[in-house]
Amino acid sequence: MPGITREEVAHLARLARLELSGDELDHFAGQLDDIIGAVARVAEVAEQDVPPTSHPLPLTNVMRADEVRPSLTPEQALSGAPAQEQQRFKVPQILGED
Amino acid sequence: MTVTELVSYEAALAGYDPVMGLEVHVELGTKTKMFCGCSTELGAEPNSQTCPTCLGLPGSLPVVNAIGIESAIKIGLALNCEIAEWCRFARKNYFYPDMPKNFQTSQYDEPIAFNGHLDVQLEDGEIFRVEIERAHMEEDTGKSTHVGGATGRIHGASHSLLDYNRAGIPLIEIVTKPITGAGERAPEVAKAYVAELRELIKALGVSEARMEMGQMRCDVNLSLMPKGSTTFGTRSETKNVNSLRSVERAARFEIQRHAAVLESGGTIVQETRHFHEEDGSTTAGRIKDNAEDYRYFPEPDLVPVAPAREWVEELRTTLPELPRLRRNRLREEWGVSEHDMQSILNAGAVELIVATIGAGAPSDQARKWWMGELARNANESGRALDELPITPEQVARVAALVASGDLNDKLARQVIEGVLAGEGDPDTVVDKRGLKVVSDEGALGTAVDEAIAGNAGIADKIRGGKVAAVGALVGAVMKATRGQADAARVKELILEKLGVSEG
Ligand SMILES: [Zn+2]
Repeated sequence: MPGITREEVAHLARLARLELSGDELDHFAGQLDDIIGAVARVAEVAEQDVPPTSHPLPLTNVMRADEVRPSLTPEQALSGAPAQEQQRFKVPQILGED
Repeated sequence: MTVTELVSYEAALAGYDPVMGLEVHVELGTKTKMFCGCSTELGAEPNSQTCPTCLGLPGSLPVVNAIGIESAIKIGLALNCEIAEWCRFARKNYFYPDMPKNFQTSQYDEPIAFNGHLDVQLEDGEIFRVEIERAHMEEDTGKSTHVGGATGRIHGASHSLLDYNRAGIPLIEIVTKPITGAGERAPEVAKAYVAELRELIKALGVSEARMEMGQMRCDVNLSLMPKGSTTFGTRSETKNVNSLRSVERAARFEIQRHAAVLESGGTIVQETRHFHEEDGSTTAGRIKDNAEDYRYFPEPDLVPVAPAREWVEELRTTLPELPRLRRNRLREEWGVSEHDMQSILNAGAVELIVATIGAGAPSDQARKWWMGELARNANESGRALDELPITPEQVARVAALVASGDLNDKLARQVIEGVLAGEGDPDTVVDKRGLKVVSDEGALGTAVDEAIAGNAGIADKIRGGKVAAVGALVGAVMKATRGQADAARVKELILEKLGVSEG
């Protein structure tokens, strides 16, 4: 039934690149399980003929013309970067590839 | 790293049937990105084509590019696909610095186009039908530069630098259904499919599809099943195979490697692999994440796309003649073999020849120059034919000068050399270099007389019936006139003067 295990929380934390301690895992697993359980109650009232909703507004086909608009300057784009080099965003060594 | 001793291609095919899946990413040629108005122009300064949307800043909202949708529908129609009546974008969540949003906006289980096919023609003319699973819309990632490791590789790098100009450029991913039944021709089918797809994309005008510039990239998924079996084996996914030749080599290598692993009692690991251009091999990359690890969910910031049937049908009427059919029509018009047409296609010369004929050249002349002198030059200088600094009009002009007798072939080659060297158009090169056939019969006659007098022995042999020896005298005259004489006319004059007739 709905719910989330401690192992699943640990897995999600790994995918999200979050380092959680054992205590934190216990703590969040309990909290997330409660939240999922609460949300799951929606399924009890929704009948088979109610399709899952991803968009609350009855809108489709919102498109824009293929026309160039001004971009940020590189200085503006990089203004929030913790580190930069050669007008590029500088990030720590990337692991786990190659 | 374990090195597997490859099984020979023949032995691999004797025991196993290959199954392939090809995933091709095409970067669309739109002026702006898929979800924002940033320019897609190549070669801009790093991070000069970004905005809050493609940088994933809080509060920004994406809006889809109408031409992006239109291009996707055109590709779908040209691939004989059904076009979705209603579909959504989805977030593919992953944490990697090439995507500042920490997700890629893509499509998951509701692609805009699905269930199609593309017929491809193999070198001997055989038609092979490749079934298309889906074509869906997504966006490109930023460009990483790895610093501190050897030659920009990630291995051993101390840190990486990101340029997000490319992040958000529209991509269409085209996925085949499993390709079975190709047997030993699987690598050839893979190459022919990617080649045909590239031609189709170019004909649709939705992208230039230049593989060498990363505008079109192919992932080759391959597995083997024992002959007679219908259960697919475990597949490997060779990523970013970026030339037609490499697609063929990667498929061939993986067939041999899989067979070797299976023959030695091992099992194939489902993993991504990297292709190495230098020796055509592949090496292991990361173990494939499960699809659910991407935690796809419908993109809440973009509303569904529901292409009206009238629009789809209108787009259908704008589709060009299919490249394969057009090629066959041209092949018949030009009177060339399947094999020659394939070479012309592989050389990227079809459109150039068509344009040269359009500029007035006979088709045999247009083919001769593009597939001869110019193909050689392109090859030697490592450029594509259409990157050479010569236009179809200029090639047609050279052909006209040859036809009128103003140039012979040798001089024409020098004219082309001059045009390629930037000396001007053909007429300018002719003037500047003084390249004109010596047609002054008086001057030519003198040169012929001198050649005969200077080579009395050879002249005697010719008089005595050894007509084949005339070549030496023609050579002497051509040398004396620095190649500017019409060799056929020189031969005529020599034989005439020696009182010999040919044949
Ligand atoms: Zn942008």
